[in-house]
Amino acid sequence: MIRVVLPTHLRTLARVDGEITLVVRGEITQRSVLDALEARYPALRGTIRDHVTLKRRPFIRFFACEQDLSLEPPDAPLPDAVAKGVEPLLVVGAIAGG
Amino acid sequence: MSKVRVLVGTRKGAFVLESDGKRQKWDVSGPHFTGWEIYHMKGSPADPNRLYASQTSGWFGQIIQRSSDGGKTWETPGGGPTKSPQGWPMGESNKFVYDTTPETGKPLTTHQWYDGTQHPWEFKRVWHLEPSYTDPDAVYAGVEDAALFRSTDGAHTWQELPGLRGHGTGPKWQPGAGGMCLHTVILDRNDRGRIYIAISAAGAFRTDDGGKTWKPINRGLKSQYIPDPEAEVGHCVHHIAMNPSRPNVLFMQKHWDVMRSDDAGDTWHEVSGNLPTDFGFVIDVHAHEPDTIYVVPIKSDSEHFPLDGKLQVFRSRTGGNDWEPLTKGLPQRDCYVNVLRDAMAVDSLDKCGVYFGTTGGQVYASADAGDSWAPIVRDLPAVLSVEAQTLP
Repeated sequence: MIRVVLPTHLRTLARVDGEITLVVRGEITQRSVLDALEARYPALRGTIRDHVTLKRRPFIRFFACEQDLSLEPPDAPLPDAVAKGVEPLLVVGAIAGG
Repeated sequence: MSKVRVLVGTRKGAFVLESDGKRQKWDVSGPHFTGWEIYHMKGSPADPNRLYASQTSGWFGQIIQRSSDGGKTWETPGGGPTKSPQGWPMGESNKFVYDTTPETGKPLTTHQWYDGTQHPWEFKRVWHLEPSYTDPDAVYAGVEDAALFRSTDGAHTWQELPGLRGHGTGPKWQPGAGGMCLHTVILDRNDRGRIYIAISAAGAFRTDDGGKTWKPINRGLKSQYIPDPEAEVGHCVHHIAMNPSRPNVLFMQKHWDVMRSDDAGDTWHEVSGNLPTDFGFVIDVHAHEPDTIYVVPIKSDSEHFPLDGKLQVFRSRTGGNDWEPLTKGLPQRDCYVNVLRDAMAVDSLDKCGVYFGTTGGQVYASADAGDSWAPIVRDLPAVLSVEAQTLP
C-alpha cells in the first residue's frame, strides 16, 4: 500500500481525513501514484497537476523521506521507503499568499 | 410568504443568507468551501434549489461545486470517490480546455499582454456562472483568460463556444488589472439565441445564434486610456445589467463612464449625468422598474474606495443622467471599501430588494428599493459576488 498525505484543502475536497492509502500497480512513481490517487478521488483531478499536460501545478511540491522530489521526472521511481509503505508521499501546497 | 436567498462569494469561502419576505431577520450559513476563493455562485431560474459555485485557488486551480438542495449540501459533479483503484473519473467538472480544433473555429492561441506583446491563452479561473432559464443542467461559465464555456450536463463537462475567441479581434484583447476575464454573461429569456458577454479589457459582445458567431458591441464607448479611444475592441467594461422584461436596453458601468444602449448594444450613449464620479464596478437594474438603475461610484481607478469615505449607492429613476445618492443606513464616514463588479443583486419581491457586498466584508440589504439600508452581516471576508434568489 502506498501512503499519501494531502494538504488540508485537498483532503476536504476529496472528503478524506488524514493519510490516504492506495493500491498502485506496477512501478511506484509520481505518475503511477497520482494516477491511482485521481482514479480513486476524481475531484482531485486538475488540482495537483494540469488536466491536459499532467504537469505539476506551480504551487504544489512533492516531498518524501526528507527529500524534495518536486523536480524529479514523473516516471522516476519514488524512494523504496515510499514504495514499501514505510514513508508517505507528501503533497504540499507552497507556503505563500494569505 | 415568499423568501429570499442571497448567495455570497468571498475570498475565503461561500455564505448563504436567507430571510422571509420582510427581509429584516436573516439566517447565515457558512463558510462553505472554507479558505477557497468563491468568485461566483448563482441559482438556476428553472430550479431554484440547483446552485452552482466557482471555487478557485492559486494553489489548486478551479473547482465547480453544485448543490441540488439550495446550498445545504454540495458536490463536485462526477467527482465523488470511486470504489476501486481501477475506477476512472466519472466527470471532469473542473476541466476547462480551450477549443483549438479547426472544425469548430479558428485556433486562436494569443492575446495582447500588458506590454503589448502577444501572450498565449491560459485558463486561470471561472469568474461568472450563468444558469439557463429553462434547463437546470445547462449553465454558462465566463472564464479568465477570456472565453465562454457551456455545460449541458449539470457541470459534469464543459465545452468552449469557440466562435467568441475565433471571431477575429482576439489578438487585440488585453488583460485589465484583474486579469483578462469574461465576467458578465446575460441570457435573454425570450430569445434563446441571444447572449451578451463582457470582457475586461476587450469590451462587450453579442451573439444572436446561440454562441456560434459573435459581434463586438462597443460603438459609442470612449476610452481615453487606449490608443484609439473609439476602437472596436479594447474597452474595459466592468459590468452590464439588463432588466429581463426589456432585453434590448442595457446599462453598463465602464472603467470610467456609465453607459446605456437602447438597441441591444449596437450603439451606446453616456448617462453618467450628475454622478460625482463615473468610475465604478457594479451596476444593476430594479426588478420591476426597468428605468431604475443603481451604481456605486468609486473615487478613481487608482483609489478603489468611495468619495470622502462615504459609502453611497446612486439611483437613477430615469434610466440614467439624473442620479440621487442613497445613504440611509450606510456608513458616511471613514469607509474605504470597494464594491466589486458582481457584488450587487436585486430580488423580485413586490418591493424590490437590493443587495451588495463590500471588500470590507459587509453585505448590505435594502428592502425598499434602496431608500434605506441595513447590514445583513458585517465581518465576512472580502466579498467577491452577491446574487439574490426570490423563492416561493
